[in-house]
Amino acid sequence: MQNKYTDWKQALRSGLLGGIIVVVLSLIGIVAAFENTYVVNQLVSFGEILILGPVAALSLSAIRKATSRQAGFLILTAAISGLASGLVILALAGVGQVINLRAMFLNASEELYAIYAYKQALVPGLLLRLLACIVIGALTAGFTLLPDRIKSALGQGLLYVVFIGLMGRLLTMMLSNWGFVAVLFKWIFTANSLSLVGAIVVFLLTGGLAYWRHGRPKVKRSLEPRKQKVIRWSMLGGVGLILIFLPNILGLWFSEILDNVGLFILMGLGLNIVVGFAGLLDLGYVAFYAIGAYTIGVLTSPELGFFNWTFWQAFPVALLMAFFAGVLLGLPILKMRGDYLAIVTLGFGEIIRILVLSDWLKPWLGGTQGIQRIQRPVIGFGGYARTLESQQELYYLILVGIVIVAFIAIRLRDSRLGRTWMALREDEDVAVAMGINHVTTKLTAFAMGALFSGIGGTLFAAKIGSIYPSSFQFLVSINILSLIIVGGMGSIPGVFVGALALIGLPELLREFAEYRYLFYGAALVAMMLIKPEGLWPEARHRIELHEEETPPPEEEAATATENA
Amino acid sequence: MFRTWRQKITLTDILVWVIGLSIAVVVVWGTISTLQSGKYSVESWFDLAVKGLALGGVYALIAMGYTLVYGILRMINFAHSEVFMSGPFTAVFLANALNDSGFLNRYPLLGILAIAILSMAVSMSVAILVERVAYRPLRNAPRLVPLITAIGASFFLQYTFRGFYGSGFEAYPTIEALNGAWQLGTVRLFKTQVVVIIAALLMMLLLYAIVMWSKLGKAMRAVSEDKEAAALMGIDVDGIIVFTFALGGAAAGAGGVLYILQFPVVHFYMGFIPGLKAFTSAVLGGIGNVPGAFLGAIVLGLLESVGPNLFLDGLGIPVASQLKDAIAFIILVFILIFRPSGILGERLTQTKV
Repeated sequence: MQNKYTDWKQALRSGLLGGIIVVVLSLIGIVAAFENTYVVNQLVSFGEILILGPVAALSLSAIRKATSRQAGFLILTAAISGLASGLVILALAGVGQVINLRAMFLNASEELYAIYAYKQALVPGLLLRLLACIVIGALTAGFTLLPDRIKSALGQGLLYVVFIGLMGRLLTMMLSNWGFVAVLFKWIFTANSLSLVGAIVVFLLTGGLAYWRHGRPKVKRSLEPRKQKVIRWSMLGGVGLILIFLPNILGLWFSEILDNVGLFILMGLGLNIVVGFAGLLDLGYVAFYAIGAYTIGVLTSPELGFFNWTFWQAFPVALLMAFFAGVLLGLPILKMRGDYLAIVTLGFGEIIRILVLSDWLKPWLGGTQGIQRIQRPVIGFGGYARTLESQQELYYLILVGIVIVAFIAIRLRDSRLGRTWMALREDEDVAVAMGINHVTTKLTAFAMGALFSGIGGTLFAAKIGSIYPSSFQFLVSINILSLIIVGGMGSIPGVFVGALALIGLPELLREFAEYRYLFYGAALVAMMLIKPEGLWPEARHRIELHEEETPPPEEEAATATENA
Repeated sequence: MFRTWRQKITLTDILVWVIGLSIAVVVVWGTISTLQSGKYSVESWFDLAVKGLALGGVYALIAMGYTLVYGILRMINFAHSEVFMSGPFTAVFLANALNDSGFLNRYPLLGILAIAILSMAVSMSVAILVERVAYRPLRNAPRLVPLITAIGASFFLQYTFRGFYGSGFEAYPTIEALNGAWQLGTVRLFKTQVVVIIAALLMMLLLYAIVMWSKLGKAMRAVSEDKEAAALMGIDVDGIIVFTFALGGAAAGAGGVLYILQFPVVHFYMGFIPGLKAFTSAVLGGIGNVPGAFLGAIVLGLLESVGPNLFLDGLGIPVASQLKDAIAFIILVFILIFRPSGILGERLTQTKV
């Protein structure tokens, strides 16, 4: 490629691509949606970052591909790339003035052009935008010319400012309960975001920290095993204590989100066994979730009136149902591999949903109207009985469920069975040749996964009290799959990280919620391309990958600026 | 305990066979009781069959994308259902514009042609884009990896188009020339269905000709046999892969236009179910095999349209047509269990050997 195109053409190409990315983001509506989500109050909005971010990122790529390392040349290249991006953005605004793009693209509105033009009159505003694109390109080039230490400090500082700025509203909401801290932070946070002072403080702190840490060897404290154990257990105890008081600290709204995250962690732990440990890509995972929830519904709901059991009577039956459904689905598809398995499980999930929706089974499953008035779980005996109804009370039920399931998952991973799963995942033929019975091994993986998903389903039914077929769409399977992959396939802490990032964040940042699945899709592709081992990879996986390659230090700074 | 008796048969095999047989019994029982009840006349069966053929034609065109890509890369292009969706979802705006100006009803053939060309172009570009961004960098990755990116790409595309055109339904204008039906004695043929069947047939023939007789098609088959050897013979493997995606995308776009002639409403989620069914037909006919995809699609279309009434009505299941999607997926599961090579799969392997 380099021989064919001169560097200028390369820069133009990068710039055009950057511009096209911005235009696509704008037309999807993300730019306008984040117009008023400020990172730094009234100064820098996240929408603005979404415009200038891709421009900067593609300028960076133009610089990387440049053949000469001269400072002036690099700055010029990057500026050209920025100019090209800016021209594409201008072209959209220009075309929008002549033709009514709105008839086709919903988001090609006057507001978008106003954002492009910095809310100024169109012509001078757009010229300003062009200038901004060129400047940001040149700045990117300047950035790459800095010494590594300053580069990483700047990158980290910017990244943290953006992140904390986005989280600003949540932090203030959380902190508002704690009087004295709230006062302390008043001058860092405005109502929604960082204040200018706050941004500078955060930037200096995090950037300074990165500057100080850069180049220092990581201090490895080797404590004796007993002390390590004490530290580990006390940390676990601390986390446990925090988790117990979390709903009271955070209040009702956060508890609801915590419940959702918890349910997805539960199911993620189950799917992690199937996909992460055993390497069987199951896209119909929602089916077991539905089976668990519907069993509880059918058995306890007085509306249908078949059984009128209590929650705890129905609970073991629901788990058994999910377990056997796992075995039943597992049986026929044992011989399949990879992609076929994915499609068949997907089909299975759809079959379950179609059956639930159908008029045929309506007398038993309620059809489109679903099942209402599902019994809530009751805890305690006699006079001390207590129905768990509020989200804060159910939180504890889910927490107990997660602890049990996580414990089982960890023990399974380290058991003989867990190792056979992983052997099967790495190479089925070799594993079978080594004497592993692939029938029982795969079946147990499927059944355990189904069981965990069933637990998730029962708790979901208990949580919302009424279930509808629309809660069991294919999208749920994709949700769970995404969180596993983002967290790291086969990694148990990864499930927690993934669930917090993919389920928690979009719930917290309402603007994101709209673009949730767009983001999931992009995350799946990006993770596979850039970091296939996930955010918190399994220890063994991490070692394997680090043997092969150690990422060069520039890479980190590059991703930092791309994100900023 | 069965191992001592006969090495090959295991407990799971027996269980699978029992499940299969019981479903077969249910199907036969349902068919007999439906036919005995005499609820449907010969004409209504004929109607359903023609409808099934028209549906099968659409599935066949979408299935081409799956089957061609599978033949070359040995991977399921999960995002193909979105490739299918993107074409007609974009072309709806052209169709409405043409309709408003009155062009569509004055020159229906030209109008549909214009819509089809736009739809094919958009689907083709999306297919090429997906290949470039999501698959090419992962050409040598483990098998699960491109599948996951494919799922990611599928969702990304769905919600991108949702962002572009909104989450609502867009309706295609009705084309007056295609309204109504021809009466042939006691049976009646809907004009749209006839047009769809003929168009699908012609396009499948064209695709077959391209794959079998053109130079590019020859190169394509060479790449699917052996990538390295093909590269050594001077074939641009990456170029051929792009061409394959483009061909599959164009076929999906054309299939999309035939689809909207039958179901004139589009939305961002419309690709999911037809995509799955097209995949089912590709597997049914033997994935990687062009005539197989066509055969599988016709069989699936017929089963889907005739099946619910024939198999399930007699069992006393109300509104059996609600279960037509379930029938398709059950077929998929059973094909994969009992004959993963599909109907024409055997012949393919023979010729390859």
